Amino acid sequence: MIVGIPREIEENERRVAATPDTVKKLIKLGCKVQIEKDAGLAASFSDSAYTDAGAIIVTDTRTLWASSLIVLKVQPPMQHQLLQTHELDLLPSGGTLISFFWPARNKDLLERYKNRPINILAMDAVPRISRAQKFDALSSMANIAGYKAVIEAANHFGRFFTGQITAAGKVPPAKFLVIGAGVAGLAAVGTARGMGAVIRAFDTRPEVKDQVKSMGAEFLELNFAEDGSGAGGYAKTMSPEFIKAEMELFAKQAKEVDIIITTALVPGTKAPTLITADMVKSMRAGSVIVDLAAEQGGNCELTRPGTVYQTNGVTIIGYTDLASRLPAQASQLYGNNLVNLLTDMIKESKFSVDMTDEVIRGTTILHNGAVTWPPPKSAAPVVAKAKVAEHSALPAAVKAPSKLPMIFGVLACLLLLFLGKTAPSAFLGHLTVFVLACFVGWQVVWNVTAALHTPLMSVTNAISGVIVIGAMLQFGGETIDIKTILAAIAVLIATINVAGGFLVTQRMLNMFRK
Amino acid sequence: MQNGILTVSYLFSSIMFIMSLGGLSRHETARKGNLYGIIGFVVAITATLVMNTNLHGSMGLLGGTIIVGGIIGYVLAKRVGMTSMPQLVAVLHSFVGLAAVLVGMSTYLGTNGQLSGADKIIHDVETYIGVLIGAVTFTGSIVAFGKLHEIIRSKPLMLPGRHLLNLVVVIICLVLAVMFATTHDVSMGMTLLLIMTALAFFIGWHMVMAIGGADMPVVVSMLNSYSGWAAAATGFLLANDLLIVTGALVGSSGAILSYIMCKAMNRSFVSVILGGFGTDTGTATAKTSEGPVGTVTATTAEDVAAMLKEARQVVIVPGYGMAVAQAQHPVKEITDILRKAGVTVRFAIHPVAGRLPGHMNVLLAEANVPYDIVLEMDEINHDLPETDVVLILGANDIVNPGALDDPSSPIYGMPVLEVWKAKQVVVSKRGMATGYSGVDNPLFYKPNTLMLFGDAKKSVDAVLSGLKS
Repeated sequence: MIVGIPREIEENERRVAATPDTVKKLIKLGCKVQIEKDAGLAASFSDSAYTDAGAIIVTDTRTLWASSLIVLKVQPPMQHQLLQTHELDLLPSGGTLISFFWPARNKDLLERYKNRPINILAMDAVPRISRAQKFDALSSMANIAGYKAVIEAANHFGRFFTGQITAAGKVPPAKFLVIGAGVAGLAAVGTARGMGAVIRAFDTRPEVKDQVKSMGAEFLELNFAEDGSGAGGYAKTMSPEFIKAEMELFAKQAKEVDIIITTALVPGTKAPTLITADMVKSMRAGSVIVDLAAEQGGNCELTRPGTVYQTNGVTIIGYTDLASRLPAQASQLYGNNLVNLLTDMIKESKFSVDMTDEVIRGTTILHNGAVTWPPPKSAAPVVAKAKVAEHSALPAAVKAPSKLPMIFGVLACLLLLFLGKTAPSAFLGHLTVFVLACFVGWQVVWNVTAALHTPLMSVTNAISGVIVIGAMLQFGGETIDIKTILAAIAVLIATINVAGGFLVTQRMLNMFRK
Repeated sequence: MQNGILTVSYLFSSIMFIMSLGGLSRHETARKGNLYGIIGFVVAITATLVMNTNLHGSMGLLGGTIIVGGIIGYVLAKRVGMTSMPQLVAVLHSFVGLAAVLVGMSTYLGTNGQLSGADKIIHDVETYIGVLIGAVTFTGSIVAFGKLHEIIRSKPLMLPGRHLLNLVVVIICLVLAVMFATTHDVSMGMTLLLIMTALAFFIGWHMVMAIGGADMPVVVSMLNSYSGWAAAATGFLLANDLLIVTGALVGSSGAILSYIMCKAMNRSFVSVILGGFGTDTGTATAKTSEGPVGTVTATTAEDVAAMLKEARQVVIVPGYGMAVAQAQHPVKEITDILRKAGVTVRFAIHPVAGRLPGHMNVLLAEANVPYDIVLEMDEINHDLPETDVVLILGANDIVNPGALDDPSSPIYGMPVLEVWKAKQVVVSKRGMATGYSGVDNPLFYKPNTLMLFGDAKKSVDAVLSGLKS
């Protein structure tokens, strides 16, 4: 299997679909890896680093595409300006392209290539289920974007994030408002918190409250009962009343906070407008807004996607390529996502697109020339939970107070009385000794340290070899009869037991040291 | 007069044995405890040989067997690896069982016709019980040995109608007992005794065959207890107080150990003995609750090494997998390297980890891990949330969160090591197979759990070389 990694041709794209580290992992999977010259340059990975990792450098773009069975890319395939041809035309028949694709936005492209015998797996179409987390490039990119958003805000913010009391005076901490506590939002909260800022976060889904709190932020709540959880862990569009209450909250917060980071996205539609022009106006000069939803139109009314500008002293950052602005990290995580996906797809050194696998099915948007997007809706496995709960009530009910101990007590008393009446006194003497010894053993052993259970067992085992005395007593008389033979065997094995037991205990105890 | 000295010697030996057990309850006194036991033995055997004049005639044979037995025992004990300790203990138990059977038969042959009335009945019953317990111990221990040594499949054997079968055999044994106690004919009695022995052999075999490998700690300590009762029964038979006292000591100590083990697994003793863990309960739950959902994330030894280096608090949880792979020595080296680097490393031992009570402690001790960093479950559980990395080596059921939060789990209610509360959990395991209980482990699907697949020894070696480089 030859895996090819072309250089990204999108302007300003600094990421690359494989790093020297992930190249090693791909080779371990049994792939041959070839990479276009200077593909990793923008992410600070030199060609020699790739060669050291075992990849082959290919200078000619056409050769690279044509000789690869699997092509890994970051950006969706596009028209190659230099070669005057589309990247999908470069992909050989039977080849597979794995990259971001945004099939909802690129429907035309998908239609155009639907009769070519190729496969396309869209990393943005990975189903949002737990099993697929390790392939989920959207999450790993969102994590980076959240981090970078805070760093960008710091660049444009004229003060410390952290509060300090210095000889020169007191510095108040910067106040953050993070809207949308998804992966990016939580990453932003964590980063800003690490830099000492005070953070408030808001999300329409109440179940993220604990996550927000665990990252050290305050969770803002509306006195309004509506759950905003939609399918796939995303939020859904809320009712007009809810939005009104929400906007009031944001308007109030805008006057108080220094930095706003918005990450609110509802799948399939334009990003909701949450920060109006009036709110921006009401913010203190020097404040910063980072709009992570800029690519989908922005959460802030004044966002200009792709640029940074100032209005009324408020800086609005509308970068759409935050992940690409941390190229080495983003390439590494994206590359790992790809490696994880390929690990699942390569079985016994053979690559195949298994359409019965729920995750692969969801990710594949073009299978051998047939458009397979959007995937059929799978039934959500939620129902089973209720059953478990029902079941759990059973075991507790079964336990009723047991009368057994009492019955045993009475029986034991009766037996003792019976024995006392009939048995010879010699036997009773032995019985006394026996019962007392049982209790002594009980008392002595009860407090044994768990660590010494094994030595204790082997020593008691050795001691129980005391039966050798009984066997010895069977000897007697000059003749060797069957009785003596049996006894001799008994003595032999009991002695093995005694000697072995004590010795092995000694060995074990010698090993225990402080 | 001679008899008086013998009695006093036996009394001395009994005290020595009691002190021996008492000594073994703590590390500081354990070695002395073993010494007391040996002294008690030497005194008991010497006194028996010297004071019983009728033994002097067969001193040659007697001395010979003792010396031969002693040498065999010595070689066995010297040679056995610490990982096969469970097998050794099991096989030694079987010896006591067999000796009890032989002594019982031998006594029966020697004393017949000399007793009558209540004395005879009591004597016969004692013989019968001694042989019965001895026989059960014998085959039970042999099977336990086989299972521990992996000669016999450790899966519980489920004969159809096994409870009924056991019941029938027990009833036959009772009938035989009555016949045995009432007959005056020696050859008839001997025949009955032999039939009963065969049946008891079957009971012992069947009982342990039906018990799964995970319950072996309970089984071994139970057999330990039985071997004690067998010795005590022989003591009654021979009217020998030393045997009675010693047997009772061993019997009750084994019983306590069984009890402690059962408690650690949150199971009743009866349910363990009746066998079949993870089969009848396991299938039922498989239908009602679906397996844990989530993703299993694999990791590499190098990553684990890096993680350990950066951690400040590390807890290692060894399980049977470490014993099988003999990974305790590299684990010790890892511990040394980390401790030198200022990382706090501790071991967490679950009461039923391994195949013998305290099995893990012995293995770690063999590898020279200081015992004061080896902690019990209750000591370490509240420290786990502050722990950076928990490294689990070949353990499964004892770290299953389902035991606490999934009432449909067959091991629900069993106290477990709450490792998932730690910041990062690394599980070294051969594959995704379930533990002996047959229960899937939701721990492996937790977001803070990484799986390090492969043989425990190889994985640990790889982590070690990662730490060294």
